Amino acid sequence: MSTMDVRETPLLRQWSEPADSAGWLRALRTRAVASVEQHGFPTPRNEDWHFTNPAPITEASLEPMQPAAGALTEAEVARVAISPAGWARLVFVNGRHAPHLSHVGQLPDGVRLMSLASALLEEPTLVEQHLGRVARFEEQAFAFTALNTAFMQDGVFLSVPANVTVETPIHLVFITDARGNGGMAHPRNLFVIGQHARATVVEQYATTAGGTYLTNTVTEAVIGDGATLTHHKLQREGRDAFHVGHIESTLGRDAHYVSFAFATGAALARSNIYTTLAGAGCGATLNGLYMLDGTQVSDHQTRIEHAEPNCYSREHYKGVLDDASHGVFNGKVYVHAIAQKTDGKQTNNTLLLSPEARIDTKPQLEIFADDVKCTHGATVGQLDDRMAFYLKSRGIGAAAARQLLTYAFAADVLETIELEPLREALEREALERFVR
Amino acid sequence: MLTISNLTATVGDKQILNGISLTVRAGEVHAIMGPNGSGKSTLAQVIAGHPGYEVTGGSITYDGKDLLEMEPEERAHAGVFLAFQYPIEIPGVSNAYFLRTAYNEVRKSRGEPEVDPMDFLDVMAEKLKVVEMDEAMLQRSVNTGFSGGEKKRNEILQMAVLEPKLAILDETDSGLDIDALRIVADGVNKLRRPDRATIVVTHYQRLLNYIVPDFVHVLAGGRIVKSGGKELALELEAKGYDWLVGEPTGATA
Repeated sequence: MSTMDVRETPLLRQWSEPADSAGWLRALRTRAVASVEQHGFPTPRNEDWHFTNPAPITEASLEPMQPAAGALTEAEVARVAISPAGWARLVFVNGRHAPHLSHVGQLPDGVRLMSLASALLEEPTLVEQHLGRVARFEEQAFAFTALNTAFMQDGVFLSVPANVTVETPIHLVFITDARGNGGMAHPRNLFVIGQHARATVVEQYATTAGGTYLTNTVTEAVIGDGATLTHHKLQREGRDAFHVGHIESTLGRDAHYVSFAFATGAALARSNIYTTLAGAGCGATLNGLYMLDGTQVSDHQTRIEHAEPNCYSREHYKGVLDDASHGVFNGKVYVHAIAQKTDGKQTNNTLLLSPEARIDTKPQLEIFADDVKCTHGATVGQLDDRMAFYLKSRGIGAAAARQLLTYAFAADVLETIELEPLREALEREALERFVR
Repeated sequence: MLTISNLTATVGDKQILNGISLTVRAGEVHAIMGPNGSGKSTLAQVIAGHPGYEVTGGSITYDGKDLLEMEPEERAHAGVFLAFQYPIEIPGVSNAYFLRTAYNEVRKSRGEPEVDPMDFLDVMAEKLKVVEMDEAMLQRSVNTGFSGGEKKRNEILQMAVLEPKLAILDETDSGLDIDALRIVADGVNKLRRPDRATIVVTHYQRLLNYIVPDFVHVLAGGRIVKSGGKELALELEAKGYDWLVGEPTGATA
């Protein structure tokens, strides 16, 4: 594809090189633009996008969102954000940090939590050391990550020094408001968790107004030896919105990455969660729940790269699909030849509430070591008639029985969330979602 | 209270019930006995409204209403309760939530206010005593990982919570040791009232030592082949069922 053709794809047309960037950042952006120009955007011919056609996004005319003037109120944020008092909260509106809605409070000494724009000024060395080095983008499948890299201006920077535990959950709220309609935002987050440090993050995407817009987000996490990052992603974009998210982490020796992905939003959503187990004895737990209805399309792709011996991975994704919704789950596990004693388990369960709902589920195990334990399993089913009759025979009507059984299906994966206020909020949402 | 007339029912293309007629009045206990495959459990499930059985003929009138026209949940609201032979496991729904939901659905149908979780705990404290169950059972998922005895006790607990007018116990005694049998039977007896009736479906006479029936009916080949008083159960215990099979009477109580 020639340069001219790609510049004509609407998403890149608006790109121009920011004048104020540092040299390394300019080089990174230039590489990202070149990658999109060289590879173009994926189509269903790309194996990683086989079940999800991104054409509605790549063919849309979306303008970069302009910095919001700060019209959103605390009450409007409270309506969309689950954050109990006491959590540290950073709010972004239409891709830009909104200081008047953010309250970080007291964090342990040495913890840096700020907007990426600030970090580029205050922590340039740390940012340069990691930004754009965890999340791969120079392939067609990752064109959206490249697009984010080309456009990124703001997002969250979190750095936790060695041996520090941040007890306070950190809530990152990315809101699109009415002025975001017709626009696209490219939030970019970087978490650097030092040796034996611990932190809990909730990364949430929401809207106060709906509308057609694109959130194209990338989060990179570097997790040091013995450190633990617990990372929740809540995707609750508007019903006409597009969401493309890429989270990529790399783990040191004996580190732990615990991820939960919860998705109920967007017309078309793609969520990648990639992790590289790059230190012996480390491990990742990737769980998730997606609940879709109408004509929603939601695609979850995970990739766990076992690059060192004695690492574990646990993965359990569940989907509840109603109406004519379409879910995709692709779980890749790649075990390098050196990664002996790998212990991997992957499960994907889907509940279809309607004959028009559809799931494409694909486990993908590539194993190059000979002494490993890797299992995977997928189930697709409907509500159990015997259970429904049992509930009805106790006076629980058809609608309530359907709601209760749907909730029951979702509950066991929600129970894995250790952050109690979040778990309770999501359980409530799961219970209320399928009321008819 | 309950009048079954010439009821026939099929599952798939197999006819299971071949013209059952039975009348149950308030305050009565009826035992339905019979060999395996005689249609006992089918009769119980048809009364509760199991969608897997098709009623092909006859009628069931309950409190003056056409029971067969009612949805299973409407039957429950009207006071019909089936203690399942094989209680269903529902992972992910706590027993407490299940019981409170059922309790409130039945209350709502009667125009009574719903009960919140705190007040329901008071209700439960009393009901748990009926079946000698520990409160810890309320936190577990419905029947999930319960022993056979725990499942049967959980059925009687549900019955104690819902206080049905017509309780049908479908082989509630099967698989129980003598202590569990006594607890279950005591629970059922505590719930007896002059305005309530009980149908006990069982293969063995043993349970009827504890829940003493007013009438005993023998089912064979999908019809009632003999009816009598409680002494008929003892006769069956001594002689087995063989002497009755092939002796259709179409008896009613």
